[in-house]
Amino acid sequence: MDVLTIDGLTVDFLTGEGRMRAVDDVSFSVPRNRTVALVGESGSGKTVISQTIMGLLPEKAQVTGGRVLFQESETAAPVDIAALDRKGAKMRAIRGNRIAIIFQEPMTSLSPLHTIGDQIGEAAELHRDVGPQEARELTREMLRLVRFPDPARALDSYAFELSGGLRQRAMIAMAMICHPALLIADEPTTALDVTIQAEILKLIKDVQAELHMSTLLITHDFGVVANMADDVVVIYHGRIMERGSAQALFAEPRHDYLKALLNAVPRFGMAEGERLVPIRPIEPHAEGFLKKGRSERACAAGAPLVSLTNVTKRFTTRKGGFFLGKGGHSVLALDTVNLTVRRGECVGLVGESGSGKTTAAKAVLRAIEVDEGSIRYDCGDGPVEVGSLKGAELLDYRRRVQLIFQDPFSSLNPRMTVNELLMEPLIIHNVGTAEERAERVRELMRLVGLDPRFLRRYPHSFSGGQRQRIGIARALALNPEFILCDEPTSALDVSVQAQILNLLRDLKTELGLTYLFVSHNLAVVDYIAERLAVMCRGRVVEIGSTRDVVENPLHPYTRALLASVPEPDLNAPLDFAALEAGRASEPDLWPEPYRLVDGVRPALVEVESGHFVCAPGLAGNSGSLPMEAAQ
Amino acid sequence: MLYYILRRVLTMIPTLFVISLLTFVIIELPAGDYISNQIAALRATGESASIAKLEFLRAEFALDRPFLERYLIWIGLWPGVHGFDGLLQGNWGWSFEYEKPVAEVVGPTLPLTIVLNAATILFVYVVSFPIGIYSATRQYSWGDYGFTFIGYIGLATPNFLLGLIMLYFANLWFGLSVGGLMAPEYIGQPWSVGKALSVLAHLIVPTIVIGTAGTAAMIRRLRANLLDELHRQYVTTARAKGMSEPRLLVKYPLRMALNPFIADIGNLIPSLVSGSVIVSVVLNLPTVGPVLLNALQSQDQFLAGFILLFVAVLTLIGMLVSDLLLAVLDPRIRFGRKG
Repeated sequence: MDVLTIDGLTVDFLTGEGRMRAVDDVSFSVPRNRTVALVGESGSGKTVISQTIMGLLPEKAQVTGGRVLFQESETAAPVDIAALDRKGAKMRAIRGNRIAIIFQEPMTSLSPLHTIGDQIGEAAELHRDVGPQEARELTREMLRLVRFPDPARALDSYAFELSGGLRQRAMIAMAMICHPALLIADEPTTALDVTIQAEILKLIKDVQAELHMSTLLITHDFGVVANMADDVVVIYHGRIMERGSAQALFAEPRHDYLKALLNAVPRFGMAEGERLVPIRPIEPHAEGFLKKGRSERACAAGAPLVSLTNVTKRFTTRKGGFFLGKGGHSVLALDTVNLTVRRGECVGLVGESGSGKTTAAKAVLRAIEVDEGSIRYDCGDGPVEVGSLKGAELLDYRRRVQLIFQDPFSSLNPRMTVNELLMEPLIIHNVGTAEERAERVRELMRLVGLDPRFLRRYPHSFSGGQRQRIGIARALALNPEFILCDEPTSALDVSVQAQILNLLRDLKTELGLTYLFVSHNLAVVDYIAERLAVMCRGRVVEIGSTRDVVENPLHPYTRALLASVPEPDLNAPLDFAALEAGRASEPDLWPEPYRLVDGVRPALVEVESGHFVCAPGLAGNSGSLPMEAAQ
Repeated sequence: MLYYILRRVLTMIPTLFVISLLTFVIIELPAGDYISNQIAALRATGESASIAKLEFLRAEFALDRPFLERYLIWIGLWPGVHGFDGLLQGNWGWSFEYEKPVAEVVGPTLPLTIVLNAATILFVYVVSFPIGIYSATRQYSWGDYGFTFIGYIGLATPNFLLGLIMLYFANLWFGLSVGGLMAPEYIGQPWSVGKALSVLAHLIVPTIVIGTAGTAAMIRRLRANLLDELHRQYVTTARAKGMSEPRLLVKYPLRMALNPFIADIGNLIPSLVSGSVIVSVVLNLPTVGPVLLNALQSQDQFLAGFILLFVAVLTLIGMLVSDLLLAVLDPRIRFGRKG
C-alpha cells in the first residue's frame, strides 16, 4: 500500500516576471514502511514538493495540477492534500500529526526563546488531546527514544544550549511525537558533521523501524541515498529524470543526468590523476599578469612555506551566568599544533566543527593572535615569524596569503558590483594604474570562467557556484602564492562542487599555488589534497600523505571519521553498529596509546615514513617534540 | 537573578553621579549665573540698592565658590554655608526665578508628568501593537497601506497643531475646558474623585497628541521586525506542527519581535519629556516640560539641574525595567549567550 501518491503534480510560482514552473508533472509514490529518496540539486524543486505535501507552500505558489493523495492506513480514505485549504483545520490536523517534517537547519529551526520540552510537547498537545503534564511525559519518552543523554534535563533546556546534533535529535523527537505515518526529512544531515550525520541517519532508521513509518528523504548526497533509500527519485528542474529501486539506479543509471551526477561525486580510492566530471565544466585561462607569475622573491618549490610550531590558542568565554557569578572558563582551541605546508602542495585540514581547523587557518592569516608557539612564513629569504610582521612587510604578507570563504552568499558584499569586489584588493594594495586594474579584473573573470560582461552585476544575480568563483577570483586578484580555502565547497551542490574543485586544482598547477584546504568532507580532501592533517578538539591527531591516512588510518578518531562517511555505493554501507561503540571525539576515551587527558601534550609519533600519529603513550610522557617531527 | 538585580542597581549609583556632574557642567556652561546676571543688569541701570542683598544671596548659595565645590555642595557632599545640605540630604535647591524652593516649584508638576508619560507610553503600545501586527501579517494589503498612510500623517503633522485642533473639537463636542490637565475649578484644590475624573478626561487629548508620532514610528518598527521574524525557519517549524496561525504568531515571532520594544522603554521617557515641551506649552499642561524650558532660558540653574537629573533618574529606572524584562523574557540574555 502507498502512504503517499503524488500524481501529475504541477506547482507554479507567481513572480513579478510572470509564472514560473517549479514542479512539472511529477508522479511518484511512497510505499508503507519504505524510504524513498528524492534526489536533486538546489533549485530542482524537491523542497517545493515537500512543502506541497506539508501544505506549507508560500502564498505565491499555486498548485496548478495533479493530486497529492495521502492514505494513512488500509482502511482510511485517501485525502487529496493539494486540494485542501493550506491554513484550514483539516490540513492542520494532518500536518505535524500524520505527516511530519525535519528541516535542514537545526540551528534555526527551533525557537531560541522556548524550551525544547515546550516546543516538542506542543505538537502532542495540539494533536493527541493531552494536557501539559502528559505532554511533558510523552516528550520525555520521545527524547529517550532519540537518545538524548539526559532526557529529563533536556526538557528544560534551550536550543542554544545544545549542539547541532542534539538539536536535530530534538527536531526528530518533535516530528515523531505524534507517531506520524509519513516523515519528510528535508536534507536532515546536510548541516551536520559526518560522525553526527551517521548517528542521525541511524537514528532515523531505528525510529522508522520502531514506529512503522514511511520516509521521504530529500537530499543531494548520494552517500546518504545509498545508505538509506529503498527507492530513488531523481529530479532536475522540476521534472523527474529517473525513478526506480536504489539497486537498479546505482547498478545501472540510465539517464544522462543521473550518470553525470554520480560522476561528479568525489569517492575514496580514485585513481591518481582521475578527474571528477562536472556537469558544466569550466576551463581556466591564465593569461597576462597571472601567467607571468610572481616576479618577487619566493622560496623554492617543496621547501616549507608555512610552519606552525607548538601553536596554542585559548579562548576564554565571556563571564556568563545570570544566576551565578561564576568566572569565565577557557576552551583550548589549538593545543600544541605542529603543521608544515610546503610550497606547491595542497594540505588538507580535516575535522569536525569545533576541532580548531578554522582557528588554525585564522592564526596563519594573522586574523587572531596565538597564545604560544610560532607561525613562520618563508617569503624567499628564510622563515619569518608572522606575528612580528609590521608595516610594509605585513602588507606584503597579506598579498601573498589569501582566503577563500565557505559561504559564497555572505562573503560578497551585496551592495558592491563584481567589478568593485574584484577591484578592491587592487586598490587597497595600490596595484597598477586604473587601466591595468581594469584589465586585471577582466583577466580574473576569464580565469574563473565568467564572462567579463558580468562585471557590472551585483552578487545576487549569480548562482552559488558562480559566486564562489567570484570569491576565488577575488582571492587571486593580488596574485598570491598561498591560499587558505575554508570549506569552499560545503555550501554547494555536488555538480558545482566538482566544478569548483577542478578549478582549484587547475589553478594550482597553472599558477603554482599552495593551498591549505580546510574541510570536514574527507572525500573532498582526498580528491584535492596531497597531504592530510586530521584535527580533533584542537589537536592534530594524524598527519600523512592523503593516501596513507585514508588507506591506513591509525588514529581511532581518523578511523571513526572515515567510517562515518557514507559512500555512494550500495556495497559499502555504513557500519551503524560500529558507530555506536565509539564516542570517537572524546580524547580521554581513546584507547592507549592514543589517550589524551588535559595537560598531556599531544605528541606526534612517526609510524611510517611521513605518516605521523598523535600517540602520547608511544612518545613517552616527556611530551617533548622535535620540530622536524611534524614535517 | 537576585544577584543580577542587585548588581544592576548598584551600577546605577556611579552612573547617577556621572550624570549629575555632566548636568552641572552643562547648566553652568553659559557665562555667569542667575544672580551675577541680575547684579550686572542692576549695575547697568544704576540701581545699586539691592545689589548688597544679591551679593548676600550669592554667598548664601555658594555661587562664589570654585566649580567643583559648587557641584559638591549642590549634591550635598561638601559643607555649604549651612553644612551638608544638598540633593543627598533631600534639599532640591532654590529657584531664583520663582523665589521658592525647587521642591515647591516642581512638586505639583511631577506626579502629573509621570501620569502623563505613563499614559502616553501605554497609549503608544496599546495602539501600535495591534496595528503593527496587522500590517505585518497582511503586508501590502489595503489595511496595511491605510495604516501606513495614517502613520506618515501622524509623523508629519506638527504635534501642537494637532493638539490645538483636538482641543477645539473636544471643547466643542464634549465641553472640556481648553488647556490644562484639569478643569479650572480644581486647580489648587485637594484631590477628590471629581478632580481625578477631570484629570482623566483632560489626559486624553495630550496623550494622543504626544503619543501620535511615537505610535507611528512604533508601528513601522514593529511591522519591520515582525516581517523579519515571520520568515524565519522556526516559524515554519511551528506551522509544520499544525499550529493555528494566531496562536503561532503570538507564541513565536511576536515574542521575538518584542525585544527591541522592551529595550526601548528606557529611551522613550526622555524623548517624551523633551519632545512634549512645545505641546505642554501650547496646551498649557502643568508638567515639568515648560518649567524646564523657562529655567534653562533664565539660567535658573538649580531648578534646571534638578529637572534634568530627574529625567535622568526616570531614564535609568526605565532602563533597569527593560533590562529586567528582557532577562525574564529572553533566555539567551539570561544565560549570557547568543542563540
